[in-house]
Amino acid sequence: MPEPILQLRVLDAHYGDFQALFGIDMDVSDGEVIAIIGANGAGKTTLMRSISGLLPNAAAQIVYRGQPIGALRADQIAQSGIALVPEGRQLFPSLSVEENLLIGGQVGRKGPWSLEQIFQLFPVLKERRNQAATTLSGGQQQMVAIGRALMANPDLILFDEISLGLAPVIIKTIYDALPQIVGQGMTAMLVEQDITKALSVSSRVYCLQEGRVSLEGRTETIDRDDITRAYFGTES
Amino acid sequence: MIIAAIGVLILAAAPWWAGRAELRLLGEIYLYLALAYLWNLMAGYAGLVSVGQQAYVGFGGYMLFALTMFGGLHPIAAVLAAGVIAALLSVPVAALIFRLKGAYFAIGTWVTAEVFRLSFAQVSSLGGGSGSSLPVNVVKSLAASRSGREALSYWLALGSAIVVIACVYLFLRSRRGLTLTAIRDSEVAAAGLGINIWRTKLEVYVVTSAFTAIIGGLIFLQKLRISPDAAFSVNDWTAFVIFIVVIGGIGTLEGPIIGTILFFLLRETLADLGTVYLIVLGVLAIVIMLKAPKGVWGLIRSRFDLELFPLSYRVKTDTPDKGA
Repeated sequence: MPEPILQLRVLDAHYGDFQALFGIDMDVSDGEVIAIIGANGAGKTTLMRSISGLLPNAAAQIVYRGQPIGALRADQIAQSGIALVPEGRQLFPSLSVEENLLIGGQVGRKGPWSLEQIFQLFPVLKERRNQAATTLSGGQQQMVAIGRALMANPDLILFDEISLGLAPVIIKTIYDALPQIVGQGMTAMLVEQDITKALSVSSRVYCLQEGRVSLEGRTETIDRDDITRAYFGTES
Repeated sequence: MIIAAIGVLILAAAPWWAGRAELRLLGEIYLYLALAYLWNLMAGYAGLVSVGQQAYVGFGGYMLFALTMFGGLHPIAAVLAAGVIAALLSVPVAALIFRLKGAYFAIGTWVTAEVFRLSFAQVSSLGGGSGSSLPVNVVKSLAASRSGREALSYWLALGSAIVVIACVYLFLRSRRGLTLTAIRDSEVAAAGLGINIWRTKLEVYVVTSAFTAIIGGLIFLQKLRISPDAAFSVNDWTAFVIFIVVIGGIGTLEGPIIGTILFFLLRETLADLGTVYLIVLGVLAIVIMLKAPKGVWGLIRSRFDLELFPLSYRVKTDTPDKGA
């Protein structure tokens, strides 16, 4: 078993009085692609926000490469090599496509990804490089969001609902690009509502239900009926 | 660019073609323009909506008086020193008020300004609550003749406005300006990309405070008299500045110019009406905020695709059919 890159230890998350995550335990090894599935409100996005530091946690609850990072600020976590492709893309509307990508690279981490590499991965972005990011189609915007995260040359990339609101043909284009991304040795965690899509690209899957891990297993051995039960919480 | 250079030259020659009253008015316009650019950078780009910038205007003014009267500095050196001291002072102030968000931040800045005002009112060597005048020998050190002094303070005002505009423009064009725009657009995404939001905002706050204090020093170098109420007036140094930026177009570089021109046009034509003038300003501000939240420049820009300061993306020839 390769070295763990990320360990979650009894991770709780709160929004004010509301508790969204309850004692999540997770181990992610270097180079793995992990799918996180679950119904709406299961805590998937909260999990992404916690790992990327947008929600504060106790230091020891999130351990990255042996370092407790739970209490760090989001920008410190980004510096250490975790990048988030946020839900809803969150592009910078005042900036052009190219500027959006360049902002992603300003952490100054070395690695394989550069503006040229991103344009090779998504050639359409090169054509549109001087356009305002928000004048692009939804799929192209998603490409900018992914490219922007890659520009930081992260070791761990978090995808939060990258297929949300996109046409199936666009989703396919984006998912086709994933192997090229994780093929570079990057570890990835992928939040996805579309279970089939999620399972097709991942090696391991966690299912969340009401803030708790309801199922965990290797993608090839996991049983679809178990998933359905874990997903909807219907104990038979 | 050439037109701008010629315009600046004509304005710089004003002491030879304008009367004393016009010169004074123009000087005031430049200083307001500079204040508007600074507030716009802070509120319109960094999202720091301060209603307490009079703290630094008054601080700069008082530092000018204190450093020339007791430190024996030349007035211009004193004004620059005021900027440096204000920058140092703004760091602990920021550490305090940056804990507050949104409306609470705004109130926090105002309270800070009041603390400044009350503190300076306690200093009896600076005239306490009734204020003091700049001693004659200090005034004379600037220039021997009255017209020479007036021309010099005019050029200082013009120069400072140009420096402030150039600095703001170059800053926003720089890489740090890009991150600032990113923060304004989406703090969540910016933080997730490794941008230290707190530090970026602090830098903007410190730089704006320093420049605001320098402008404050120049304002009171023109006035030659200072009192706590005049120096820390929320009306004069913040409300009018906000008015200028909002009607001109917040978060644009052209807005403050238009706002300043509009404000002085209104002031010069309506000032005789007393309170009615303030009511007109208030009503106009409300109407603009409701009908054209991007200000007059926003209206102009949406009509004609125009930019005096090329800052935003331009659709290049790759895709001629796509509008930005």
